[in-house]
Amino acid sequence: MADNIIETKDLTKKYGDFVAVDSLNLSVKRGEVFGLLGPNGAGKTTTILMLLGLTEPTAGRVKVLGFNPVRQPLSIKSHAGYIPDQVGFYDELTARENLIYIARLNSLSRQESNRRIDEALEKVGLTQVADKTVRTYSRGMRQRLGVADVLIKNPQLIIMDEPTQGLDPELARGFLELIRELANSGITILLSSHLLYQVQEVCDRVGLFHQGHMVLEGTVTALAQKVLGAGYHVRLRANGTKTTYVEQLRTLPGVVDVHFKEPDLYTLVSTKDLRSEAARVIVNAGGKLTSLDIENLSLDDIYNSYFEEVKHGPRK
Amino acid sequence: MAPENRNKVREGSPWRGLGAVITKEMADNLTSARMRILEILIILTAVGTGYSALKQLSSSTAQGQDQFLFLKLFTTAQDPLPAFAGFLGFLVPLIAISLAFDSVNGEFSRRTISRVLSQPIYRDALLLGKFLGEFFTLALVLSAIWLLVFGIGLLGLGIPPTGAEVARSILFLVATIVYGGFWMALALLFSTLFNQSATAALASIAVWLFFTVFWGILASLLAQGLKPIQYGFLDEALAQAKLQLVLSRISPNTLFAETTIGLLSPAVRSLGLFLPFELQGAVLGAPLPVGQSLLLIWPNLTGMIAATIVLFALSYISFQRREIRT
Repeated sequence: MADNIIETKDLTKKYGDFVAVDSLNLSVKRGEVFGLLGPNGAGKTTTILMLLGLTEPTAGRVKVLGFNPVRQPLSIKSHAGYIPDQVGFYDELTARENLIYIARLNSLSRQESNRRIDEALEKVGLTQVADKTVRTYSRGMRQRLGVADVLIKNPQLIIMDEPTQGLDPELARGFLELIRELANSGITILLSSHLLYQVQEVCDRVGLFHQGHMVLEGTVTALAQKVLGAGYHVRLRANGTKTTYVEQLRTLPGVVDVHFKEPDLYTLVSTKDLRSEAARVIVNAGGKLTSLDIENLSLDDIYNSYFEEVKHGPRK
Repeated sequence: MAPENRNKVREGSPWRGLGAVITKEMADNLTSARMRILEILIILTAVGTGYSALKQLSSSTAQGQDQFLFLKLFTTAQDPLPAFAGFLGFLVPLIAISLAFDSVNGEFSRRTISRVLSQPIYRDALLLGKFLGEFFTLALVLSAIWLLVFGIGLLGLGIPPTGAEVARSILFLVATIVYGGFWMALALLFSTLFNQSATAALASIAVWLFFTVFWGILASLLAQGLKPIQYGFLDEALAQAKLQLVLSRISPNTLFAETTIGLLSPAVRSLGLFLPFELQGAVLGAPLPVGQSLLLIWPNLTGMIAATIVLFALSYISFQRREIRT
């Protein structure tokens, strides 16, 4: 418990008859990057708002940093930063003035807030433009200012809602690097996204949301094993007799399945990395191995596969 | 769950961060383009009405005999300008509405609301801070106008005001600020109820227009309908007039106008109807002491303050439970 930064038990939120979040059990450990993934309207933002005490749960319990968001929101909000979806600033003020307001709301002394503001701006690379009005800022700069905004309170936890939405791929990549840096400095991060391929590289663990339920939870590899049956997909190209290869590859320990995709192309599904063993099989059989690589499973695959299962029933 | 859930008390003070919000609001208001426009309006009003009152006063023969010459500065009108006090009656609501109509929905439309509320403060502090920040701005603006007129009076009349005159004009300033507070609370309420700032502004202006133009007519129609004069008795006429007075006092404009009369015309000893026998023993035209005039307008002042508090409470209720995702 002590190591769980976020813990929810049967957390439920209803808007009238509509159940936005249904009996959510979530735990996020100290220092990890956790991704809440799912399509729009799956209940991600509602969950985040409940964690921060910005909306009241209908039922269930929540503990964030050991506090109850309904009764002790100030303690949570002093130590947890929130970067909302499409974060807004006072456009007519400069970046620094925006941050000063936030520092004052956090009851920081003038000296302390100046120090932290300088540090935060430095960290997100906005020092040069700190005294320009936010109106002149681009989308990417605003997002970075959002990070500076939460860094001012020296947070133990940062919650980001759709942090990469609206950023071009390069900016998004840069932003994900920034997230990784923050995580490395010991800050726990919870982020929500529907752009699965972007966040899978930065998240230690993910939870898949669907219609208010968390349907899957774990590391990307673990999820792949759960949904696709095994963790590794090896692709190999080799010329030679098809049937021999398939038969021999099947005998390898840990192999789940072998497919013949097209002439000379085979895929191997396995529970561990079997590249060297597979290469040996081909070479021993007298074949000519032309390429061999391991497919990186993407969350998209897992996601699609999972929802196909939901729609059409289990594949087995 | 853990024992703290059974404890229904929120941790910490609801006013945490109040000072920061007030300072921010005042700084925003005082540097905004809106304020520039208001400043121009203020100077025009003060100089225009002050100057025309002075001209009127210096040409009048009563000068030197009037005990409260200085107060005349606020109440003397010369066509086409109304008197300063009358001018404030419709300028103040406009200033108050223009300061407050986008206070809450503006935060929503700029998407800053969730960022601000994720700071360690309660919504109480944000709402009250906004109201007070705007209220102090209004107080500042009105004090500036008041000082301008006062200064013009000192220069133009060349006679220093008496203590009673100073006291009365300060009370008038306070009453004007209270009156502005009512319109501000109304605009704040609309800014929490309507998502669009423009809708909130329009709704506030509509209420203002209703009370300024239509309520007087409506009050008289209602009074005629509810207490008709059938036989021409005095009692009937009296009952109708009384009802009309009561109805018209629902309007804050009436309350403010009566307050102005009570404070700035020391000879006024009743704001309602009175019959000749009630004046028995009174020295007509003799001024009331400041304390008595204050007593006279006290119900009006408390009425306006009470209405302000009710309106603020309504915005508080609507804002506390409001979902912050739109």
